[in-house]
Amino acid sequence: MSSIYSEIILDYYRYPRNKGSLPHPQIQARDTNPLCGDIVEMQLELDEKNTVKDVKFNGQGCAISQASASMLTELVKGKTVDDVRKISKEDVLSLIGGQLTAVRLKCALLSLKVLKTGVYDYIGSTDATKEELSGL
Amino acid sequence: MLKQRWAAASNSTSQKATSHAVADTASYRKARNRQPGLAVPKNTTPTTKPPITFPRQFAQGTVRGYATQKQATAYIHRKKQYDVDKVRQDFPILNRVINGKPLAYLDSAATTQKPRAVIDELTRFYNEYNANVHRGVYKISEEATAAYEEARAKIARLINANSPNEIIFVRGTTEAINLVAQSWGRTNVGLGDGIVLTEMEHHSNIVPWQLLARQKGAHLKYVGLTDDGHLVHDDFRQHLESGGIKLVTLTHVSNVLGTINPVREYIREAHMYGCRVLVDAAQSVPHMPVDVQDLDCDFLAFSGHKMCGPTGIGVLYAKKVLLEEMPPFHGGGEMIREVHLYESTWKDPPYKFEAGTTNIAGAIGLGKAVDYVSGLGLRNIQAHEQELTEYAHDRLGKVKGLRIYGPFNPKTKAGVISFNLGDVHAHDMATLLDEDGIAVRSGHHCAQPLMERLGVSSTTRASVYVYNNEDEIDRLIESVERAGRIFKI
Repeated sequence: MSSIYSEIILDYYRYPRNKGSLPHPQIQARDTNPLCGDIVEMQLELDEKNTVKDVKFNGQGCAISQASASMLTELVKGKTVDDVRKISKEDVLSLIGGQLTAVRLKCALLSLKVLKTGVYDYIGSTDATKEELSGL
Repeated sequence: MLKQRWAAASNSTSQKATSHAVADTASYRKARNRQPGLAVPKNTTPTTKPPITFPRQFAQGTVRGYATQKQATAYIHRKKQYDVDKVRQDFPILNRVINGKPLAYLDSAATTQKPRAVIDELTRFYNEYNANVHRGVYKISEEATAAYEEARAKIARLINANSPNEIIFVRGTTEAINLVAQSWGRTNVGLGDGIVLTEMEHHSNIVPWQLLARQKGAHLKYVGLTDDGHLVHDDFRQHLESGGIKLVTLTHVSNVLGTINPVREYIREAHMYGCRVLVDAAQSVPHMPVDVQDLDCDFLAFSGHKMCGPTGIGVLYAKKVLLEEMPPFHGGGEMIREVHLYESTWKDPPYKFEAGTTNIAGAIGLGKAVDYVSGLGLRNIQAHEQELTEYAHDRLGKVKGLRIYGPFNPKTKAGVISFNLGDVHAHDMATLLDEDGIAVRSGHHCAQPLMERLGVSSTTRASVYVYNNEDEIDRLIESVERAGRIFKI
């Protein structure tokens, strides 16, 4: 059986890209995964066209949660808020690759949940967005 | 009122007890057993400073915290050859193949696997004599009632309770502790009173007391831990000396560290101050002989599913005198003597605490599980787990970058091994082990205050039981080493 722990995942875990914090983020959110104690915080800085100018994440936890957060920051950079909103579960999972068990899926999707929480807070949340977040 | 009776009773019996105790331990025990829970030897009434060491007759050359279990029925701990291969054949689930490899189940501290005897009995109950207990006058109801009460009697024998009436069926350890907190606690703990806990408690032995403390304005006081996972005895003594302590509640065996606490000594000390003591025995009753009369605990709680029994059934043991005074926990059918429109009267314990239709199949299954573990012999089980723990400690200790939490000496602990490898997160470790068919636990193990004390967010935990063997430990080590290679530790 091939391991989920590919070289790429481990590389992002050991040498995380875009880790740190931003001085003036317009969007920020934080969440934890009570099961593992994973913590992920996301900060986004936008320009006047609502494009993601800079993005940082911070946190601690398992390789899956931290690597996926780091990969996600690279994915959103340069995208508009509207595009960020459209990022799906599948997009994140394809970044990670490999088969995850249901429990570990929570680790992988924590960063996406945090990102979307922040974005919906910024553009305004509806019942539909709340539903979407609770499904993550 | 209760206090006066307690004092009077302890005076009358203690004189008898102390005069014989030095010369004759057996007669001391016998005297004490006539009035369980009331005998506190006179030389232990609070003076200026209580002694830390205990008289020789209490020690019996035991290993730290082990119950002596002199009185329990012989069959429970007859020493005999332990044939783990034969035991493994009793557990159908061990035939499962996970990710192409045979299942190595090393998570018995969470729940144990079930032997065929227990599974078959559950099926037989539903196929042949499923009926509600204590109510029907027909044949199968009588059979079900007999099996249900027989299970209670088996449990009483297992832990050497004075009577089956001291055994209350509950859902599990958690419900047992909540029962004590809400029934005994609400009537006996008041504003400003103290409850002593330890930093190694499972959430189930913390949160019910937080709820009670908030309701009654009581305080929680914690006994700290040494770096190798033992209780700091001075903390305990200080809390007792500070006064106002109504209850000491502590775990017998830590579900994270495997530490075996010297509960027997702690109970004696707490009793000198007139405190009641609850023992969370979820991790001890399934793994070693436990004798409630020898421990002299006031309450003892454990779960069926951690000792080969079904889920949803557990046991609260409490001394009869306490059960008689305690108000009911849940109200409903089966627990009443008479019900009128505005008031009711209760049945005697244990029925007073078993409202509604209980988990009958669970209780009967647990009875079978008690037969099973007793048949293996708890001394044998303990010795077997000890061997595996020593072996695992020895081998894990040689893995580069691996840290084991808890007692350094595997001889002083139970079969629970918590570890972390370098900066590999416990969940990553558990996922990697799962790829090799090895089931371990990872996370905070429902003991977040303990994790905080250890300075980690989570650990990987391997725990052994009757069916584990050295091959499985070898596979665990091999797989841990593979994780180390993947993460380049």
